[in-house]
Amino acid sequence: MKRQAVRHLKGALAHPRARSAAPLNLARCYSTHPPNAKLNLPIDYSTTPLLAHTSAIAKQNTEISSDVLHGATKKMNLFQAINDALNIALTEDETVSVFGEDVAFGGVFRCTMKLAETHGADRVFNTPLTEQGILGFAIGMAVEGMRPVAEIQFADYVFPAFDQIVNEAAKKRYYEGANGRSAGGMTVRMPCGTVGHGALYHSQSPEALFTHVPGMRVIMPRSPLQAKGLLLAAIRSNDPCIFMEPKILYRAAVEEVPVAPYELPLSKAEVIKEGKNVTIVSYGQPLYNCMAAIKQAEEDLGISVELIDLRTIYPWDKKTVFESVQKTGRVLVVHESMVNAGVGAEVAAAIQENADTFNRLEAPVSRVAGWSIHNALIFEKFHVPDVARIYDSIKKTVQY
Amino acid sequence: MLNPLKANSRVLRRASIRRLAQPSVSVISNPIRSAGSLSQRPNSGFVSFPGALKSSFTSSLKFETPESYTALPTYRVVDQNGQVVDPSFSPDISDEAVIKLYKDMLYISIMDLIMFDAQRQGRLSFYMVSAGEEAVSVGTSSVLDKDDPVFCQYREQGLFKERGFTTEQFMSQLFANRNDNGRGRNMPIHYGCKPLNIHTVSSPLATQLPQASGAAYALKLQRLQDPSSKPRVAAVFFGEGAASEGDFHAALNIAATRSCPVVFICRNNGFAISTPTLDQYRGDGIASRGIGYGIDTIRIDGNDIWAVREATKKAREMALQDGGKPVLIEAMTYRVSHHSTSDDSFAYRARVEVEDWKRRDNPITRLRKWMEAKGCWDEAKEKEARDSLRKEILKGFSEAEREKKPPIGSMFEDVYESLTPDLKEQMGQLKELLETYPEEYDVASYEGGVASLDVPKDN
Repeated sequence: MKRQAVRHLKGALAHPRARSAAPLNLARCYSTHPPNAKLNLPIDYSTTPLLAHTSAIAKQNTEISSDVLHGATKKMNLFQAINDALNIALTEDETVSVFGEDVAFGGVFRCTMKLAETHGADRVFNTPLTEQGILGFAIGMAVEGMRPVAEIQFADYVFPAFDQIVNEAAKKRYYEGANGRSAGGMTVRMPCGTVGHGALYHSQSPEALFTHVPGMRVIMPRSPLQAKGLLLAAIRSNDPCIFMEPKILYRAAVEEVPVAPYELPLSKAEVIKEGKNVTIVSYGQPLYNCMAAIKQAEEDLGISVELIDLRTIYPWDKKTVFESVQKTGRVLVVHESMVNAGVGAEVAAAIQENADTFNRLEAPVSRVAGWSIHNALIFEKFHVPDVARIYDSIKKTVQY
Repeated sequence: MLNPLKANSRVLRRASIRRLAQPSVSVISNPIRSAGSLSQRPNSGFVSFPGALKSSFTSSLKFETPESYTALPTYRVVDQNGQVVDPSFSPDISDEAVIKLYKDMLYISIMDLIMFDAQRQGRLSFYMVSAGEEAVSVGTSSVLDKDDPVFCQYREQGLFKERGFTTEQFMSQLFANRNDNGRGRNMPIHYGCKPLNIHTVSSPLATQLPQASGAAYALKLQRLQDPSSKPRVAAVFFGEGAASEGDFHAALNIAATRSCPVVFICRNNGFAISTPTLDQYRGDGIASRGIGYGIDTIRIDGNDIWAVREATKKAREMALQDGGKPVLIEAMTYRVSHHSTSDDSFAYRARVEVEDWKRRDNPITRLRKWMEAKGCWDEAKEKEARDSLRKEILKGFSEAEREKKPPIGSMFEDVYESLTPDLKEQMGQLKELLETYPEEYDVASYEGGVASLDVPKDN
């Protein structure tokens, strides 16, 4: 019964909504859009330029080695790409293991499907419901030379493990000192972000709570191709990694992904669209909203906008961001989680702190983020930065 | 889990998943019997609930009360007077080996006194003694394999000593000098030593427990992957106060479900700083909880090093059986000392009570009595041992105190595997500050001075 329920949930969470007007279904009123909307239309994941819809586009990636790109690609959604990366990691390195709540049967979001059957119940297994236990267990495995990949079922439930993350995983290398041990082998995966109906406890995106703690790399991929390369890099990295997966993309985002193993660089941002007049810095799902807003703003305002995906949110790639700001002089930072003391604050502060970028600024750095409230079920569409809000911020920044 | 709020959030979480899934149109047309369904044979006296197998039905409405169970017994081999009470007992080690263990216990108790006073004189920032608990740390250490990884809380200096941690290593850590394994980053008594397979002590209580479960699981996997490798267990120490933390529950539960070869060793010394056990828990100590988790458990007299050795030996053996399983030992002791140098325990307990314990039952005097009865120890040997240990410790003390501190630049290292661009920039900023205001900072006592902040070229 539970599994069935979970399957229904997954479908409900991440199916792209059809653009054609459907009969108004009151039960789903919180995920439809106003009939005359021009900006806040559902993201069409089948046409967005953020995803490699053909093998040829996937093979244009300049960060992946030509050996890999010469091989085949395969259409994968985000959970399949995660699954593929986990499968590769388990296959190539016997110190890798994958565990968490409901992981053995495939995970509530299907990221661990068939891994237990393929790699054995000793390496892919269920844990009791104990986030602090899962994290402590993972750290203990890591300090004894293993590469554990722990899953927290929802980022909303990571908080019991905060002590283990902040006081142990992040500080292990530091307090072991000359002993040389660390929790570096550990990677913690967790689904995050809003899905339209997750409310207070199935929507949170707590990356800023982790970026305040030195010692870990905090990563959020935007697409299947990115997720596979970044997750493999995180698992192989000797720093502990927090890998946050925007759960709305698990099924919605589908693209051609190279079949062979490959890594994408950590702590390296990517300019995913070049532009001259405004820089938008973002990561994860909001990049799709940014792309839609940019398209409209460029048409309406006759400008060109540069879009940067941070990918690793900490330690983040200041160089790429600063170079872009040097070019455009106008910046927006867009993220889904709350604006207060968020990633936007860090990025904006760094830009004004750097003498070169400070002198180049033509407008205040603008943060487009969730309000300083919690994710209320029926109000989500007013809370999360949507296309209209990003569009409006671009306009205000340009016209400042 | 023990927190009702936490339990509620679980309920909500599951419930919300189901509710979110409700708008489905699928009708349950062919019900599938899942593992979660109730099944029962006709006329069975037992029901097979998935959560409680082999529970018989009863028609009497009766709640179990903790008082209806007698307290778990406390295993001992040698009594307070040094007399052997277990007739089947014979020492499994030579007199020389016993004397070595005794000297390790003495060493710790002497170092504790010296360092406690040193802190009082302002020569050390902090210290924690382990008086009254030397038999637990030295005794367990002496029967664990040297390759068994150990996770300590903070009162296990006896284990470090028994495994071979040197005076220089103790003192370097206590004075945070340039020879400190921990590179001068942590408060005194946070020892660690990779060659001795002892993980570094960190201050948060009980975090070491689920880590030990995970470490034990790593050992289990490594042995499955290489059956020719040596069978090992993980051992982990904690106090009865730490057992109130959620991590204790997490650790025992996950160790039981994953069948981890780990020996949990509780030092129940009666106090968590000032909090007596009555304010810490109700129920029969920590041992009674092990049974609840499905873990083989024993309570022992922690002042009897022979009991500690026998129980730990057996526990280690059991932990390696059946592919691995956790074992819990609750060692009963009395914290004769203050919690730390920041604590005056006479504010919450009578001096006479402590004196009573010291006189009546002390793990060191108990072993001494046993050794004297056996004829391998006497007053002259005692005096000689005390004098030489004291000299050795004082010598290490004054050498370590004079050593330079670690390089300032090293404070930016080991945050990540390699220095990040941010950290390199911050090193430069600090260097500039120190050079601009040389009067404001004492850098001479740090190895390499300001130059240690020069950013390494190829990092």
